[in-house]
Order: sequence, then structure tokens, then C-alpha cells
Amino acid sequence: MHSELSLIEQMRSGKLWDIPGGIHPPERKSLSNTSPIDIAPLSPIYYVPIKQHIGNEGDLIVSVGDRVLAGQPLTNPKEGLSLPVHAPTSGLIKDIILHVSAHPSGKPETTVVLESDGENIAIANQPIPDWQNKPNSELIAHLKSMGIAGLGGAGFPTYIKANPTKNVELLIINAVECEPYITADDVLMRHYAQEIIQGIEVLQHMVKPELVVIAIEDNKPEAISAIEKVIVDHKHIEVRVVPTKYPSGGEKQLIQILTGLEVPNQSIPADIGIVMQNIGTCFAIKKAVIDGEALIERVVTITGESISRPQNLWVKLGAPISDLLTHCGLVPEQDQRLIMGGPMMGFNIMDIMMPVVKSTNCILAPSEYLLPSRGVEQACIRCSLCADACPVNLLPQQLLWFSKAKDHDKLEEYNLADCIECGVCSYVCPSQIPLVQYYRTSKVEIKQAKEDKIKSDKAKERFEARQERLERDKQARLQRHKESAEKRKKALEKDNSAKDKIAAALARAKAKKNELAGTTAEVENKTSEANIPEVKTTDTQDRVAAAIARAKAKKQQAALNSDETKPDKTRTDDTKPKDIKAKGTEVVEEKVQTTEPVSAEQAKKDKVAAAIARAKAKKLKEAVEPAVSNVEEKEQTSDPVSAEQVKKDKVAAAIARAKAKKLKETNETEPKTDNTSSESIVPPVSEQMSTDSKTPEQIKKDKVAAAIARAKAKKQKDQGEQK
Amino acid sequence: MYTLLIALGALVALTIIFGAVLGFASVKFKVEADPLVEQIDNLLPQTQCGQCGYPGCKPYAEAIANGDDINKCPPGGEATIKQLADLMGVDAKPLDSAHGEEDVKKVAFIREDECIGCTKCIQACPVDAIMGASKVMHTVIIDECTGCDLCVEPCPVDCIDMVPLNDTNWKWDTLAIPVKNVN
Ligand code: SF4
Ligand code: SF4
Ligand code: SF4
Ligand code: SF4
Repeated sequence: MHSELSLIEQMRSGKLWDIPGGIHPPERKSLSNTSPIDIAPLSPIYYVPIKQHIGNEGDLIVSVGDRVLAGQPLTNPKEGLSLPVHAPTSGLIKDIILHVSAHPSGKPETTVVLESDGENIAIANQPIPDWQNKPNSELIAHLKSMGIAGLGGAGFPTYIKANPTKNVELLIINAVECEPYITADDVLMRHYAQEIIQGIEVLQHMVKPELVVIAIEDNKPEAISAIEKVIVDHKHIEVRVVPTKYPSGGEKQLIQILTGLEVPNQSIPADIGIVMQNIGTCFAIKKAVIDGEALIERVVTITGESISRPQNLWVKLGAPISDLLTHCGLVPEQDQRLIMGGPMMGFNIMDIMMPVVKSTNCILAPSEYLLPSRGVEQACIRCSLCADACPVNLLPQQLLWFSKAKDHDKLEEYNLADCIECGVCSYVCPSQIPLVQYYRTSKVEIKQAKEDKIKSDKAKERFEARQERLERDKQARLQRHKESAEKRKKALEKDNSAKDKIAAALARAKAKKNELAGTTAEVENKTSEANIPEVKTTDTQDRVAAAIARAKAKKQQAALNSDETKPDKTRTDDTKPKDIKAKGTEVVEEKVQTTEPVSAEQAKKDKVAAAIARAKAKKLKEAVEPAVSNVEEKEQTSDPVSAEQVKKDKVAAAIARAKAKKLKETNETEPKTDNTSSESIVPPVSEQMSTDSKTPEQIKKDKVAAAIARAKAKKQKDQGEQK
Repeated sequence: MYTLLIALGALVALTIIFGAVLGFASVKFKVEADPLVEQIDNLLPQTQCGQCGYPGCKPYAEAIANGDDINKCPPGGEATIKQLADLMGVDAKPLDSAHGEEDVKKVAFIREDECIGCTKCIQACPVDAIMGASKVMHTVIIDECTGCDLCVEPCPVDCIDMVPLNDTNWKWDTLAIPVKNVN
């Protein structure tokens, strides 16, 4: 345990610690670190993914056909963890597509396709010359708008790390670069030491650490001397040379090596007063603040035995890998493998149109001889080499076992979350088990399972709430029915003659209805002539017709081609009101009789009938509305009749209601209701059919009738359920 | 004889005392065990699709607790069957294809300009994930939709589609790249 005070003193004393495990793979860095950094030629097409960092992508602010200049933002960052991306060069936005992403899965991501115009004109730089006097908030907003992300690997937005909420004692600049083959940071330090220190000064101003330590592995003597040369008069910046070992460049590993402190499980270095930045990020910060340039290019190592001119290049973000490989002279061998990143933590490139993104530090084309592909996976022999080599003291063989069994609880118990995916265990395993692949897969699965669990819990909650609500409604309905039944019973007891009265009223109502049928038919003949031609001209009408047609197709299917539905269909097709009235009623009644025993099927048919009725009401409404100019004329002819009709409709509705009531009563007294209840649906339906092409007032009534029909259908259903 | 009575009396007294203590403890410190149905229900995917032949996941959970087969839930697939097998202490068996096949995750999507506003889908949705009112356009709340497929059939104008849900998580499926020291 180290007290807070002694941390800096200890650092100044230069003491180093060691991490458990680790390996010493062949470095092969000399391939690419001897030449200065060249500039990659302009590619004709750039593919700029809008998400190149951890967090949310921004909102696109350009569209296809726009002309953009180099450094112009393409997206607007959202609130929270989000960064913009910028146009790498000037040109035309040709397309915005889903393009293969710089990820092992190659999962397509939204990508802006930029056709370079070859001019490479940049927008005006926006430097902050007096950054020493600016408040943190302004610099942080600037870093965000310049799109600065960690260039070391994960691509974490820098503005978050540069704005620690806690007091920071130590700022570590990570220049370890421990993976074989990669030399991007090495050459950057050799040739841009001065700029890097300027970037560190900006960071010093922002995070205000007591001490800055630049950690470099001892296999980069040129870089060390270059940096040491420029920090002679910086009292608070020190270089610390760490012994070469993989993976000492991991964030938590490097902190352990430099300070002896372990970052606790599930916390970040800032919690123990430490912030770490990659050396390449420091350079990007200098560019953003002092030169005012957005992050649109980075150093990429293009190396491997199959590359004839291995070197480091300034590559504009979004450049397809194929162009870089051509530029550096790829001489592919048979089954040439291409790797993005280093040999330990990188991944196979599945498409050479994959773009370079903010976190791409290396493109590797190794020879099969020096970097053989993995052999066939053998069974674990429990040699425990993996456990000895793991830098975070995990038990890889156990994790492998649980990963294969998809035992997520056990995986978490064995701290899979702490695995840094360094690949050391895979490297040492004599059985050639790709251990780290299992862990990566499992990590995603655990994440997915957690999301699914949250979703299914929510679904369960909603399902239960709904069940409760339905039950409550049902109870309320039952209660109401009971009450009204009781009331009626009392009334009946009071007046025995009431029954007779009802019977008489019903008889009268029926007689009236018959009368009504005769008159409506006449009226309809008149009005329909006026309406139908207009109907056909309207657009909405067509759509409604289409909807009805679809409904019909469905209904037909539902009715299993039973004979009764056929006349139904013809009825809706031709709109002759007289026919409708006659046939419609007959058909429905007939249907009711024939399908009585099959109540499930019947319920469905009833529903369909109700739906058609509703569709008709809608059609009618739409047909009448466009014909406003004709309404007056029409009303004149139909006025005397319609007044009468209104009355008749009212009567019809009343009958319907009466019937419903009667039905209710009978239902309550005798449980076998199929017969009566299905009959009850007939009057409203047929009534409604006869009202085709009527005046607006009537439509309202139609709707009422339809509503009654619906209510009845529902009631029937409920009763069916009850039984 | 007297000694024997004393011994017996002492034993009886002890029995009564311990019995009382244990009885009290079992009431006072009762551990609320998760009932089996709850545990099973927690493993089911809560899609509420009814493909298992029961009107929702909870009823199926009850049926399993009463001895029904564990391989009737297509949305859960093999993973759920395995978990159920572990819980119930029975052998995992392949999914009963009579109830459907495992499928990618989908959500309902209403082609809104075709919707006639009949509200039938609302009535069918087991988790109230559809918004709308009579005669106006309806829409599906994608985050609440479980992909149960139940709203598709009742729609009179067939304007509901089941569309596959985009995976938000990246999947790793390439092989590792080992560095082998050949020197
Ligand atoms: S990949 Fe994970 S388990 Fe394997 S050595 Fe690295 S940290 Fe340990
Ligand atoms: S190194 Fe490979 S074989 Fe040895 S214990 Fe680990 S997983 Fe098993
Ligand atoms: S089949 Fe559907 S309703 Fe049945 S348990 Fe599975 S998700 Fe739930
Ligand atoms: S069932 Fe179809 S038409 Fe009816 S409200 Fe739902 S989506 Fe619209």
C-alpha cells in the first residue's frame, strides 16, 4: 500500500514494478521503423464511417451531392459520449451507404463515401493561440468538435479523459507500443518530439497533474533520446524507460509497472488519481488546439514480410486499405493474410475496402512462414501455461470451459470482465486453442443476455399489467350486467304487464322496420346515381377500395372458401343498394344458420362482417365529402325523405338496442346463447348495408349502428370466453 | 423405576422445548423460496407469443411445473431448453418443431399509410406495444415489441410486417492470429 503523498516521490525515484505473466514475442519492428513518415497519396474514394470511437455516433449533417472541404465536419455529435467525424479531403459526397466496418466482424456501418477532387483544399483552421488563458470548458468543447479520440486502440473520446472529475496527480503518456511489428508511435516520437511535447503541455494545462511521465519501452532508444532532448527544460515531465514485455502497454498493466498500484476491479485510473493518454493522441491534441486542425489523418504502420516497402505513412482517415497496400507494394503469397492492428490483438481483414479509422495503427501482411496461421484446436491438457502467462491473473483454462458451456454466471464469477483480451493465453497454449476468441464471443453474449433480460422483464411486466387490466374490465362489466339485470327484475315484478308491452313494442318496431326498408330502397336509387360517378374519380377512394379488397381476400381465406361467403363478396363488389339490402340480409342470416355449430369460425365471420360494415361507412364518408358542391342539390331532392328516414333510423337503432337488451337478458338466464346472439348481429349489419350512399346525418347513425354491432360482437366473444 | 421416570420426563421436556424453538424459528425466520413457477417463468423469453400452446409465458411456466415438456418454446430456442433442463433436472431435448422453429429476433412494423385504424392489433398485442386509436393510424413501439407475431393475423388489411431486428452488438467470429516464434 502506498500513501497518496508518496506516489509522486516514488515516481520521481524511478522505481519500477513488474506485472504477473507476460510474454516476449519476436518484435520485428525494424522492418518499418527506419524510414521517416511518408504521406500516403490521395485515394480517389474515401469511406468515412460515422462511428469511429466508443460511444454514440453523431447525426449526419451532409447529404449526397454536397461538396465538402478537408476538415469539414460530416456529423454533429450528440449529447453524452459522442464525437464528430470530418471530411479527410475535399470532394463530393457520392453516397451514404452501409460499408464494411473496421471491425473483426466487418459488420456494415453507416459510411459517407467521399470522392476526392484531387485538390485537397482544407477549411480555415481554427486554432486557439492563447490556450494558456482559456478555461477548461472551452478547450474541452474544442477537442470534442475536432473529433479527437484515443489513437492507441480503443478510440475513447479524449475530451472525457481530459476533463477528470477528480484531482489528478499523475499523467502517464503511453508510448510503450508493446505489440510486435507496430512502429507508428516509435517513428512519431523520433520525428515529431517537439509537437508531442506541445500537446502534452496543453494536457498539463487541462488536467493539472503534479507530474507527467512518458513511458517508453527500452527497445526504442532513438525515440527515447529524441524525447529526452526536448524535455530538458520541462521540470514536470519525465521519461521512464520500461523493460520490453508484452502486454505492458495495457492501461492497467502500465500503471502497475510504473506505480505498483492496481486499478481496482470496475473502476478507472482516474479513481486513483491517474490519467493516461496515448502519445499519438498528444500529437492530435497539439494539432487541434495549436494548429486548429481536426483529426483527419494519423500514422499507420504498413508492414509485414509480404510488403516490399514496409513503412509508416500519414494516412487520411477513411482511406481504403487496398490503396495503402498497393502504394507499399504488397506481394501476396498464397492465401495471404491481412491483419488490422498487431498480431496479438488485431483481426483478419475480410475486405480490402475496409477503411482506416481513428484507432487503426497497423496493417500487417505477414508471411505464413514467420506468422503461421493457427493449427487445429486440440483438447486442453491442463498445462496451466495460460494461467502463468495471464497478466491479470485469470484462469484461462477455467474460463474456456465456462465459455464453451455458455455458463455466464460462472464466467462472471471468474472475472471474465477483467480480461484485457491481450491474447497472451492463446499465444502460449500448446494445444493451439484460440482462448481469447472464446472470451471475446462470451463477452458479447453476456452483454446481449443482459440486454435481453432487461427487455424480457419489461415485457413480463407489461404482460402482467395488461392481464390485470383485462381482468378488471371484465369484472366491472359483469358487475354492471348484474346490476342492470337486478333493476329490470324489480321493474318486472312491479308491473307484470310490462312484458306484454315490450312484446307489443317489438311488434310495432318490426312493422316499422319493414316499412323503412321499402322507403330507403327508393331513396337510395336516387342518391346513388349522383354519388357513384364521383366516387370513382377520387384518389382516396381508390385506396379505401384497395384496403377493402385486401380485407376481402383475407376474409375469404378465413372462411375457408365456404359457400356462404361468395354471395357476400359479390354484394360488396357491385354497389347496387337494392341488391345489397336483399342479398346482404339473407346471406348473413343464412350464414348464421348454417354455421351455428361451428361457433369459433362463426365468431370470426361475424368479426369480418363488422369490419366490412365499418369499411363501408368509411368509404361512404369519403365519397360524400369530395362531393360538397353537390350536397345542396342532393339534399333538396332527398330532404323530405331523409327527415323521415332519420326517424326511421332512430327506430332501427332503438330496435337494435332493444334486441341487445333482450339478448342480454336471455343470455343471463340461459347459458346456451349461440343461436340468439348470432342472430342479433343481423339487424344492425343489414341496416347498415341498406344505408349505403346516404346523407351525412345518416352516416353518423350508421356509425352508431356499427358501434353497436361491434359492441355486440365483443360481448358475444366475452360470453363465449366465460362459457 | 423413579430414575426411569425422571429420565423420561427430562427427555419429554427437552423434546417440547426444542420443538417449540424450532417451530418458532421456522415461522419467524422463514426463507421465502422462489416458487418453481416463478423460476421457470424467469427463464422463458417473455415473448408472450403463445407458440407453446399456452396463452403466454406464465401459463407455460405453470404447465412445465406440472410436468409438461420443456421443448415447446421456439423464441427461447435451445438456450432456454438447456436452462430449463438444468432447473428441472431433466435431459435437454431438441426443440419440438410442431410449435415452430427458432428464428432471428423480429419486431412488428405497421405500414402506416395502409392502416385503417381498426384497433384490432391493439387488442391482440400481449404487451400493449401498439399505439393508436379508432380510425387513426397505428404504430408499434419498437422497444416494447416482443416480436410475438400475434398482431399480424388479425389485421384486416394485412399492413403489419415482421421485420428482423438489427443486432446492435458486434459479434466476433474470426480466429485469433498467433505469433509463433520459429527461430
Ligand atoms: S486474453 Fe485475457 S485471459 Fe488471456 S492472458 Fe490476456 S487477460 Fe489473461
Ligand atoms: S495453455 Fe492451453 S492446454 Fe494449457 S491449460 Fe491453458 S488452455 Fe489448457
Ligand atoms: S412459446 Fe411464446 S408464449 Fe410460450 S413460453 Fe415461449 S415465448 Fe412464451
Ligand atoms: S389491425 Fe391493421 S388496420 Fe387495424 S389498426 Fe392495426 S394495423 Fe391498422
